[in-house]
Amino acid sequence: MTTKMNGARILVESLKKENVGAIFGYPGGQALPLFDALYHSDLKFYLVRHEQAAAHAADGYTRATGETGVCIATSGPGATNLVTGIATAYMDSIPIVAITGQVKTFMIGNDAFQEADMIGITRPITKHNYLVKDVKDLARTVKEAFHIASTGRPGPVLIDLPSDVQLAETEFHYPEKVNIRGYKPTYCGHPGQIKRAVKMVSESKRPVIYAGGGVILSGAAKELKEFAEKINSPVTMTLLGLGSFPGNHELSLGMLGMHGTGYANHAVQNCDLLIAIGARFDDRVTGKIDEFAPHAKVIHIDIDPSAISKSVAVDIPIVGDVKCVLGEFLKIVHRPHDKEWTEKILEWKQKHPLNYKMDDNLRPQYVIQQICEATKGEAIIATDVGQHQMWTAQWYNFMRPRELLSSGGLGTMGYGFPAGIGAKVGKPGTEVFVISGDGSIQMNIQELATAVVNKIDVKIAILNNSYLGMVRQWQELFYGKRYSHTKLENPDFVKIAEAYGAVGMRISKKEEVRPAIEKAMRTKNTVVMDFIVEPEENVYPMVPAGKRLDDMIGSMA
Amino acid sequence: MRQTISVLVENHPGVLARISGLFSARGFNIDSLAVGETEDPSVSRMTIVAEGDERTLEQIKKQLNKLIDVITITDLTKTKFIDRELILIKVGVRAQNDRTKIIEIAETMKANVADLGLHTITIEAVGETSHIDDLIELLRQFGIKEIVRTGKIAMETESKEKPKTIKEEEE
Repeated sequence: MTTKMNGARILVESLKKENVGAIFGYPGGQALPLFDALYHSDLKFYLVRHEQAAAHAADGYTRATGETGVCIATSGPGATNLVTGIATAYMDSIPIVAITGQVKTFMIGNDAFQEADMIGITRPITKHNYLVKDVKDLARTVKEAFHIASTGRPGPVLIDLPSDVQLAETEFHYPEKVNIRGYKPTYCGHPGQIKRAVKMVSESKRPVIYAGGGVILSGAAKELKEFAEKINSPVTMTLLGLGSFPGNHELSLGMLGMHGTGYANHAVQNCDLLIAIGARFDDRVTGKIDEFAPHAKVIHIDIDPSAISKSVAVDIPIVGDVKCVLGEFLKIVHRPHDKEWTEKILEWKQKHPLNYKMDDNLRPQYVIQQICEATKGEAIIATDVGQHQMWTAQWYNFMRPRELLSSGGLGTMGYGFPAGIGAKVGKPGTEVFVISGDGSIQMNIQELATAVVNKIDVKIAILNNSYLGMVRQWQELFYGKRYSHTKLENPDFVKIAEAYGAVGMRISKKEEVRPAIEKAMRTKNTVVMDFIVEPEENVYPMVPAGKRLDDMIGSMA
Repeated sequence: MRQTISVLVENHPGVLARISGLFSARGFNIDSLAVGETEDPSVSRMTIVAEGDERTLEQIKKQLNKLIDVITITDLTKTKFIDRELILIKVGVRAQNDRTKIIEIAETMKANVADLGLHTITIEAVGETSHIDDLIELLRQFGIKEIVRTGKIAMETESKEKPKTIKEEEE
């Protein structure tokens, strides 16, 4: 028995079928029927104050929970405002479904009011996108969109829905299964390749595991830990891989790359086997690519065949889901425990730890350490992009997956706060901190309204140095200290917080840091902590662009 | 290196834009691209000739394969195949005996006269790219006014060994 309903209602019913826990969005003319259907539904909807934040919030919700997040905007400017958020999710392989209103089908192409070609605009930044012209295709399209977004190498999918299709009626059947003939992701690795890789592992003297965001997406943190312990191999992680392996584990090397630890980068440059797992050899990771891991054979496990041998030639590629492939490894892998390598690395770790100047000044690294201690390293941390992001990666000890939310690939300033909102909606019982800078936070500061109105109590720590710090650092080091347009004159963040109904605090002394963080954690409201930090602190170590990974400023030579 | 790839895609609007968009976004060069419906009307076949080093061509195939609307990819360069191209060449007639000479060349080259005008002759020819190129060279002396080529279409020839599609190779 089926009843006829309109497209808007079909969309809402389809979202229910997908067990969508939260929708972030903003209404508008060509989405009116859709919002009318939402009005009558019990789906949880969060009204943001700018569509970009809706996409980031959906992304943050996804990263924190593993469930596909959803955002909705109207046609034209509403839809184009989603673009940065969609591109952010695309670069980091985060599954979200974005739904946009569109002008009526017969108006498409006429330069109608608030018309934008969203299929054309989002084609290179989505895994797939759909323009639904017939209401009969709608339910199947939603089913496919969620399937495509969340399987294989995940990514955002956009559904563009003209307002006349939202109003057109048909019977609602939600398909049970998806069958797309051109889309059959490979999940299990090739057994022959796995066997060859296992042999290579057993013969290696100095292995290093290089773990990326794919480990987290695949839900393979447990397998990674078992694997590393079984073969006694140190593990270094990319920014998006942080949390895939416990930061306090003796085999953990922390992050590698441009602002990675000295010991991680040296381990990579000296290893004889690099096992890349769910990572893609990004230029921020490899430094000078021809001299990356020069003595190493490379095993690369990735679900996306196009990620393999894209920038680095690998010896053994294994296309498959990380969890599944590591599961196969664990059954047969064996490596004689050879202490020489791990002891050498331990020595590096002890001799050349990350450091910063210990004095009475309020330094940004200290704030992050204190947040880590106060939250016992168990909070969800969303960051923006810049110096504070790298300090967070270095100084917050991530222990578990899905606890660092950060725009790694696209490097989107303005991501952190809305992503933190999305995370808190998805994980209301978990403390959520947004670590931001005085530059980044102003790119989506209007979301204080969303947070306060909906009682989403995220804690925002602004590491305020009155600069666009990362760009200033590059200008200091490579452009003769010519600080071209990087000095910021900021508003009073405490007053801004208060004006929105949040709690504002200003912290300018070292001894005030911990009490402020603890007070914020006790406060049942959104809190903005404005930490006035050392203005010209730099992020070290640092591999200058285009240099070899062990050619670092501020760490072991 | 030049490579001929045969791509089966869903026959619906926007697919060509996805393919060409992918080539431009990733900086790949297309020499020619020909599209048409297949025996199954829901499927189109694209014959793409692309230029690049081995790694680029490998990436092209992998990236194409990631598109949801791409059903299968066959790298014809790795198989036995025939390819054909259709060309229309408009040649000027300056002297009286040009006309006979042009028609003679066309006949020898198994090409046809598609249009006979007062000042021009249009020749149509079908063949392998090298054959087409030869014809162009032979006609060049008369003054070529216009050339339209379809780009290459290609088909695998019958052989005992079935070439693997990319998707099968991964399995």
